[in-house]
Parts: sequence; structure tokens; C-alpha cells
Amino acid sequence: MAAPLVLALVAAVTVRAALFRSSLAAFISERVEVASPLNAWQRVVEGLALLDLGVSPYSGAVFHETPLMIYLFHFLIEYAELVFMVSGLASSDSLWSFSLVQFKKQKLLIELDKYASDVAELIRTPMEMHYIPLKVALCYLLNPYTVMSCVAKSTCSINNTVIAFFVLATIKGSAFLSAIFLALATYQSLYPVTLFAPALLYLLQRQFIPVKLKSKSFWLYTMQYAALYLCSLVVIICLSFFLLNSWDFIPAVYGFILSVPDLTPNIGLFWYFFAEMFEHFSLFFVCVFQINVFFYTVPLAVKLKEHPMFFMFVQLAIISIFKSYPTVGDVALYMAFLPVWSHLYRFLQNIFILSCVIVFCSLLFPVLWHLWIYAGSANSNFYYAITLAFNVGQILLISDYFYAFLRREYYLTHGLYLQRQDGTEAMLVLK
Amino acid sequence: ELLLSPLPAGGIAATFQFRTRWDAAPGRVSHYRLFPKALGQLVAARGVRELHLALTQGFWRTRIWGQPPLQAPAGAELWVWFQDTVADVDKAWKELSNILSGIFCASLNFIDSTNSVTPTASFKPLGLANGTDHRLLRYAVLPREVVCTENLTPWKKLLPCGSKAGLAVLLKAERLFHSSYHSQAVHIRPICRDASCQAVSWELRQTLTVVFENFSGTQGKKDWSLFKMFSRTITEACPLASQSKIYVDTSVKDKELVEVTPSPTSLHEAIVQGEKRTYAVYDLLSPSLFNTSRSLNVQLKMTWPQDSCYIHYQPAQDRRRPHLLEMLIQLPANSVTKITIQFERALLKWTEYPPDPNHGFYFLPPSGALVPSVIAMKELDMEQSPLFTSL
Repeated sequence: MAAPLVLALVAAVTVRAALFRSSLAAFISERVEVASPLNAWQRVVEGLALLDLGVSPYSGAVFHETPLMIYLFHFLIEYAELVFMVSGLASSDSLWSFSLVQFKKQKLLIELDKYASDVAELIRTPMEMHYIPLKVALCYLLNPYTVMSCVAKSTCSINNTVIAFFVLATIKGSAFLSAIFLALATYQSLYPVTLFAPALLYLLQRQFIPVKLKSKSFWLYTMQYAALYLCSLVVIICLSFFLLNSWDFIPAVYGFILSVPDLTPNIGLFWYFFAEMFEHFSLFFVCVFQINVFFYTVPLAVKLKEHPMFFMFVQLAIISIFKSYPTVGDVALYMAFLPVWSHLYRFLQNIFILSCVIVFCSLLFPVLWHLWIYAGSANSNFYYAITLAFNVGQILLISDYFYAFLRREYYLTHGLYLQRQDGTEAMLVLK
Repeated sequence: ELLLSPLPAGGIAATFQFRTRWDAAPGRVSHYRLFPKALGQLVAARGVRELHLALTQGFWRTRIWGQPPLQAPAGAELWVWFQDTVADVDKAWKELSNILSGIFCASLNFIDSTNSVTPTASFKPLGLANGTDHRLLRYAVLPREVVCTENLTPWKKLLPCGSKAGLAVLLKAERLFHSSYHSQAVHIRPICRDASCQAVSWELRQTLTVVFENFSGTQGKKDWSLFKMFSRTITEACPLASQSKIYVDTSVKDKELVEVTPSPTSLHEAIVQGEKRTYAVYDLLSPSLFNTSRSLNVQLKMTWPQDSCYIHYQPAQDRRRPHLLEMLIQLPANSVTKITIQFERALLKWTEYPPDPNHGFYFLPPSGALVPSVIAMKELDMEQSPLFTSL
């Protein structure tokens, strides 16, 4: 299993190195789909230059990275390309290990007596699952979105690495490491705080603690995990304060993420709304949009409390779709998980249309950008139309997978061939 | 002697010169002492009065590096003045080129009548001469000759101390041939033995010029040291040498100062190629030099003088304040200085669009104040000066 992975890593490094040296690197790093105001490389360089000049990097409205990131690049600026390649490889490696652990766990969970009698074809065989880790690694490494994100030197790759490490630490059962990586991920971009719920559910499941609100052990474990997480978060924030001797980074990073003042177009939903809104309502709509990201956690936790890994995947996808400044790097992260659920393929209803939508929108982004900005024959409505279509495609993809997952669970417990009371074939409908 | 000259483009040129003097009566050979026997026999038995052989690899880039200290064309160059006792100059020339080919392991035996000429006006004897009969001069160049270690080794063997002591310990092939320019030469000529010029001595001058360039690509890293150039340091002077010195060119060029460590024995000023130059001198024979450390590693550091370079930058905040950039820079004379700023466009909210937005946006023009340098200021009587002097 290791040899194909090494081959995949070598191929990925070659592709990235070739693109770094070509003239496409400059073109890709300017694309708004790949570099957002939060994670563009030029902004990191600007922040470092301001730091060298003695001015606080947060005094302008350009730099929105965290102090730990400034110091990381302060020492590694000469090896920037190497850092991004290594972070890409590290993410893919942790995703590979995650799927490996997942696959091993799956072998142990064959509780055939719980399932109905004729669902043998639904159970995943070890043969099928043998190649999933490699597919996950390939899906992350050779995904054009990831490659572009790495070549553009967007710090999204580093955020993805931290989240990948968090997922790996969670599935290995280490609450301590999982809390630390989650704190780092939250510190970098605020939204991974919603991943607390799936991680907690998974760790509870692993410890065989049932999720009942009255159970004392449940609250005890929750408090422990929350305490670990909050303490690491506090430590990291205080460390950032001591690095730069000011609290400037909090409004510049988190205030920026939450209040969305910069309306640079990106593949998200925020920019056009706020460009066209009455000032009077902007605060209200900012709150509505931000609540949208955090809102789905509770219903999903209630529905998917038996399947925390799928919950983690859906939560990651929701973050990538609804965050304030998404980029294709965020999309690539949850897409890397799709091979893990490849057994749901038979239940997906619209997969062909949705993949076409996503591919065509990705291809149309640069076209309409050019038409709008350079040719002047289109306007922002055109670009937002593609953004909307892309996001709708993603939302439908996630809901398709969600529905497929629920259907499979239903079939597993009630048998594959459903019958009504009178013996005719029944159809499963989502209500 | 070793002369180290930092070059304008960041490289460094090292020129070695070894002079050996042989007090021998012409015609009667008695005692070679420090003069190499192989070359001494050329003078004594082959009727050579002056010999100049140069083996060069690389191209001296005059436009970037300036004037070379010693000129030599690429390849092998040999020109010889024979003594007037030689009857058949061409035969002596052919034999001489074969002998030299054997001594220096270079293919000088390819020198024959097809590539030798007898210049009539370009070359004059560089040593003592009793009139110049141009039929005794022969000149040949082999441009395709390559210089390599086999040529360096016999060259080094001609030195009195060899490569065991003195400046010649620095001459290691693996560093010398990784250079941008390498030229080694042998010159033999008769000179006056003393001021009264009653007797003639033979002078053997061996020179080696090598140029090292730094290809690391990072700007400003122009620090050199003997160890960095030759991967060796000097441990002692040659005991047979009556004089052994290192000269480092520390003249200020384009506002760049050269700092040398350890501190030199003395300073020497000279007018070279029309310019006044300062040299830091290390005398290897003075006892104070090797007192503190057993080896001498001369280090050169290029520093820019710290003149006032002030930058004040206040970045903008969207919709709150503009950018402010103030710079105090020194503009070099007769040049154009360009300052570029990269900017990104931001998307405006619909309430912020000005009328006729396709017109574009205006940039605030920079305003500059010229501060004249103090040297150019003259005393002015402010009350009586007319208006145009205050513009």
C-alpha cells in the first residue's frame, strides 16, 4: 500500500514543481478563486514587509493573517514553495492515514445481526475498501483545486493541513491532540469551531459513552474535551499577543472574517449581496449569513449522532460553502473525503448533473472574470451567476450525499427490497 | 606578491606575481640557485634573450570588471626575442616550442611556421636590449589551448618554495579552475643587476590571475576571504623569499567601502591606471602578522556607508484613511530613479460609485522635496538674493 502512495506523492510533487517554475504560477496566484483577502500570498509578503519596516502589519486593511503565520513565514520565507508543497503532502498523508484507520474500523463493525437479511450487497467488502485510502490521497493531491491553491501559495493549504491533522488525531482517538489541532484550526479561520461537535461525538462513541443528556459520563467527557480545547485556544491567542505585543490581530483577523468589509469577488455568496445592499440592513444580513454557517451544526448533530465521521464531512462541506471568503482550496478539502463514501454511489440521484455543474462553473469562472474586468462587456452579475450556480451545485451535492447516506442506513436496518403492508414495492421518500 | 582587487560586479580578482632573480654572467653558466634549471638552460644554451608565455582560460570582461591588471589573450601565447648569436631563428623557435611543450605539458609543439609571425612594430623588448632586430622576434598564439591542472603543476614547480610555503600554498587546482578567468604566465628577461647597471641579471616573473565570481544570486553578499576563494589560508611565508606581501585594493568605488580583517601591516597609496588607489598591505615576513594566529585568512567585507535612508509608511484602511509613503533617498547623478507601487482594485458598494464611474479613479500625485547635498550649497546673503535663487 505504501508504494502507490509514494508514487502518487512523487507525481504530485512533480506537477507542483513544474507549475511553480512555469509562467502559469503568476497567473494562478492572481486568480480571485484561489486567493482570497484572507489567504493570498501577496498579502503575507506585504505583512512581512510592514513588519520589517517597523509598522504593525495590521495597521492597514490588507493583512489578515494570524501572528503565528507571520512568524512561520518570517523564518521560512526563502523556502515558501517548499513549505506549501510539504503542507500539501502532509494533508494528503493524514487523509490517507485517516481512511486507513476508518477502513480498519469498518472491518470490526460488521454487526450483521443488527441488519436485515437481504442487505449483503450493501455491506462493504474489504476488497472494495482496500483502495480507498489511496483514492483519498490521490483525490486530494491531484485535484486541480489543490494544485492551483498550492501553486498560488495560498495559506489555505496550511489551514487544510491543520484540519487534516485534526481529523487524523480525532479518528485515532487522541482527545488531547485533537483539541490542540482544533484550537489551531479555529485560531486560523474561525469556522472550524463547528467541528467541535462531530469530534466530540466521535470521541464519545470511541469511549463507548452513550450520548444521553442525563448521563453523567457524557457531561464529564464533554467538559474535559471542551476544557482541553478552550485552554489550547487561550494559550495560542496569548502566545500571539506576546509575539506582536498587541491585540490588533483580533479585530484584523476575526473581526474581518465576521464583519466582511472587503468585497473582493470570490467563489462565495457574500460579496455581491453586500455590494448591493442598503447600509441600513448590512449588519442584519451579516448576522444572518454568519449564523447560516453555524446553524446547521445542531440539527446535523441530532440526526447524525451515530455517524460522526459523516457529520464531520458534511460540516466541513458546509464551512467551505458558507464561509465568508471561500476559495477552491477549501472545496478541495471536503472533496478529498468523497472516495470514503463511494459506496453511496448507487443511491446518489443527481451526481452526473452536479459534477457537470461544478466542472463547468469552474471553467467559466476565469472566462466571466475576463469578460467583466478586462473586456468590460459583462458585469458583476455574470460572475455572481456563476458563483451562485457553483454554490448551488455544491449544496445539492452535499444534500445528495446526505440523503444517500440516510437511505443506505434505512435500507441496512429495514432490508433492501421494501414492501408495503399489502406486498407491493415501496419507494423511499425523504420527508 | 598577491594583489586582491574587488571587481565592480561583485567578483574578486587575485593576481599572483613571483619574481626570481638570477645573477648569472651571460654565456657562462655556473650556479642556478633559485632559478629553475629547465628555464635557465633556455637562456644559457638555447639563445633565448626574452621569453613570454601566457596560458589563459576564460575571457576578461572589461565592460563589467574594468581594465585587467595583466593582458593576455585566451589560449596559449608565446613570444620570444632570441639572442643575436642564434643563426637559424626558425629552427631555434621550433625547438624552443617543443621544449616548452615538454616543460609545461601544453601542446605548444603545434607552434610552427603555419601559426608563427614576425611582428615588426607591435613588440619591443621588455628587458635590456642592444637594439632591436625584428628578425630575432617570433610570436605565436594557439587559441584552442585549454589550461588545466597539468599546466599548473609544472608552473608551480618552477617556484623556489614550490607550493609548500608562502603565497603559492593558495594555488590549489580545484578552486583555481572553478573560476571565471584563469591566466598563468612566465616571463624571462634580462634586467640590470643594480642601479649602476654594470652587470646583467635574469629575471623570471611568474604571474597568475584568477577571477572568482559569486553566483549565489543573493544581492549584497559580496564578502570574500582567502579561505572562500582558495579554500586554504597562508601559514607561513616562503623562507627563501626576500619579500612577500599581500596587497588588497581598498579604494572606495561607487560609495562602497571595503573592510579588511585582520588589520593590515601598512597602507600604501598609488596612482594606477589614472586613478588614485589605496592598498592595504600585509607583509608576510613581518613577525607581527603570524603572532596572534598561526594562519592568515584575509577577509574582505563590502559595506555601504549608512547614510540616511528613511522610509515612513502608513498603510491605508478601507473607507477610513489613505496611504502615506514618505521616503528620503539619495538620487545618484545623471540617472533616472523609478519608484513603483503595486495596487489591487477593490469592489465598491453601490452607494460609493461616483458619477461616471467608467472614467476611472484618480491617484494623488506624489510631492517631492529636493534636499541639496551640503557640498553644493554656497553661502548666500538671503536678503539681497533675487527670487530665482530661492526656487
